[in-house]
Amino acid sequence: MAYEFSPETEKKFQWLLTRYPKKDAVLIPILHKVQSEIGWLSPESMEYVAGRLGLSPARVREVASFYTFFRLDRKGKYVLQVCQTMSCYLRGSDEIVAKLQQLLGIQAGETSADGLFSIEKVECLASCSTAPVMQVNDWDFHEELDLERVEKIVALLKQGRGGHACYEKRVADGGVA
Amino acid sequence: MAQKLRPAHPLETRVLLQGFDEPSSWTIDVYEKKLGGYAGARKAVAMAPDAIITEVKNSGLRGLGGAGFPAGMKWSFIPKNSGKPVYLVCNADEGEPGTFKDRQIMEHMPHRLVDGMISAASAIGSETGYIYVRCELRLAIERLEKAIEEAYAKGYLGKNIFGSGRNFDLTVHPGAGSYICGEETALIESLEGDRGQPRLKPPFPAVSGAFGCPTVVNNVATLANVPGILLNGAEWFLKLGQNTPRSAGTFVYSVSGDVKNPGFYELPLGTNLNVLLNEVCGGPLPGRKFKACYPGGSSSPLLTADEFDVKMDFDSLAAKGTMLGSGAVIVLDDRRSIPEVCMRTARFYAHESCGQCVPCREGTKWTYLMIKRLVKGEGTQADIDKALQACANMAGKTICVLSDACAMPVTSMIKKFRAEFEALARPASEVTPAVPKVSGQLAELMAAVRERQTR
Repeated sequence: MAYEFSPETEKKFQWLLTRYPKKDAVLIPILHKVQSEIGWLSPESMEYVAGRLGLSPARVREVASFYTFFRLDRKGKYVLQVCQTMSCYLRGSDEIVAKLQQLLGIQAGETSADGLFSIEKVECLASCSTAPVMQVNDWDFHEELDLERVEKIVALLKQGRGGHACYEKRVADGGVA
Repeated sequence: MAQKLRPAHPLETRVLLQGFDEPSSWTIDVYEKKLGGYAGARKAVAMAPDAIITEVKNSGLRGLGGAGFPAGMKWSFIPKNSGKPVYLVCNADEGEPGTFKDRQIMEHMPHRLVDGMISAASAIGSETGYIYVRCELRLAIERLEKAIEEAYAKGYLGKNIFGSGRNFDLTVHPGAGSYICGEETALIESLEGDRGQPRLKPPFPAVSGAFGCPTVVNNVATLANVPGILLNGAEWFLKLGQNTPRSAGTFVYSVSGDVKNPGFYELPLGTNLNVLLNEVCGGPLPGRKFKACYPGGSSSPLLTADEFDVKMDFDSLAAKGTMLGSGAVIVLDDRRSIPEVCMRTARFYAHESCGQCVPCREGTKWTYLMIKRLVKGEGTQADIDKALQACANMAGKTICVLSDACAMPVTSMIKKFRAEFEALARPASEVTPAVPKVSGQLAELMAAVRERQTR
């Protein structure tokens, strides 16, 4: 599918170009913007970005594939990332993953047949004192999880609720959900 | 996203976290009017650059990202009048497992970082700064961007800041999920739009850093300390710690794992680990005993519970064969199997190795696989020694210290808890040798080689 920047992304791109002495430096920030717009980095979008920056498509792919945050495959609508590094492991992240696998009928690394959920095991999310933690897409962060909360979060997401609204509220409250 | 706000523990001295519990502490109004913010930056732009560097040198401020290199000295390496622009980069790629201090500063006190960056930029003659932030720290990014916008609107960033004739532009640059980008030359590669692979040094960034120009890379907490030092003087900062240039100021310790009250605590640098864990953090979980801890993030060699009587500063921990690193204490209690902990530690580094140096790319992976074999009950005594050998063969033999960061904790765990590893080992006769399954021509070739070896 052909890709080009939305007006908003174009605006951000033009602004980014003014912030660095070399336009290569715009690459990572603009890939973030593209991914937040279309949910992943399709081959077409990377080729388009390469063209706009005067880089080879291979260079863009080389960079995108180095960083774990960039998704080169299409994932579920909700990507559930569970931290599995030391502090979260000590506070039960294995049980959280097992619970998600049981609730969604998929293994970590897989996407559900309805395209709604992907489970990913990720490394440290820098919230070790409120372990275990899970991040939904790049906008919702759940701390001090237990199995009951995991069930609630999945139920809300299945109803199309939860997500960004919860995050905003939690931030406004200045604390943990 | 935000951590629970709680009042300071009686033993805490909040300097970096001063004003942390004010409502809307992240806005310029609160930071400036209630907390007296930007007075440091105002003073700095009017000072001679050398005077700022001297004050910071005298204060004993060290790099708080893990290495502990004296900040004032790092700044003094920037060549004068090189004719090239100088860049100031804030390393906010907080990725060391167990560490979450910078996140607190950025989420709750973003203006203190901006304040510090203006001061540091004045010292090194930089007109352009970047804050390289982990992209996962979404709230930190939002609040920093908002803070920068507010500072531009007030004339504290941009052209002729504070009417001083100096210019300083500041931009938030998101990382993209890579532990190694916390290494300063990898961070610079990433900032320039490349894969985050560390560079050979020299040249050091002070000579040739971002975009081929002189560059200073400093951690969030290091920079956020600068306004306080300029306002209150080097003497004040020295006394916050242990009144020596090697242990000055406060330190925000991040405590996590098997402890009653995990969290971040700002204490004098050099607070005793026992005091931190038992008094400030409330001791072990009910019915449990401490077994060991990483004192400085998952890269630091483990301390056993009987080694906890140690000052948490750079030199005291080095004397114990470990390190302060990022000051992230991860506590393990008596339920924990050290080989399991070891396997997960090695897995992290195997995942995060950038792959450019063979000893690290292969060493971290094979260390992980050998420990995993033991944990799964498929390993032998020989695997324990081979893992130690793999660690010895990668540490100090690569461009950056990621291989050391894997080798140090793994080696310490095997040395201090060897009996636990040996208990998992099985006799070689019971274990299927780890020979890959092959067929066809390759199998014939391997059989021929084996035959030649036995002849």
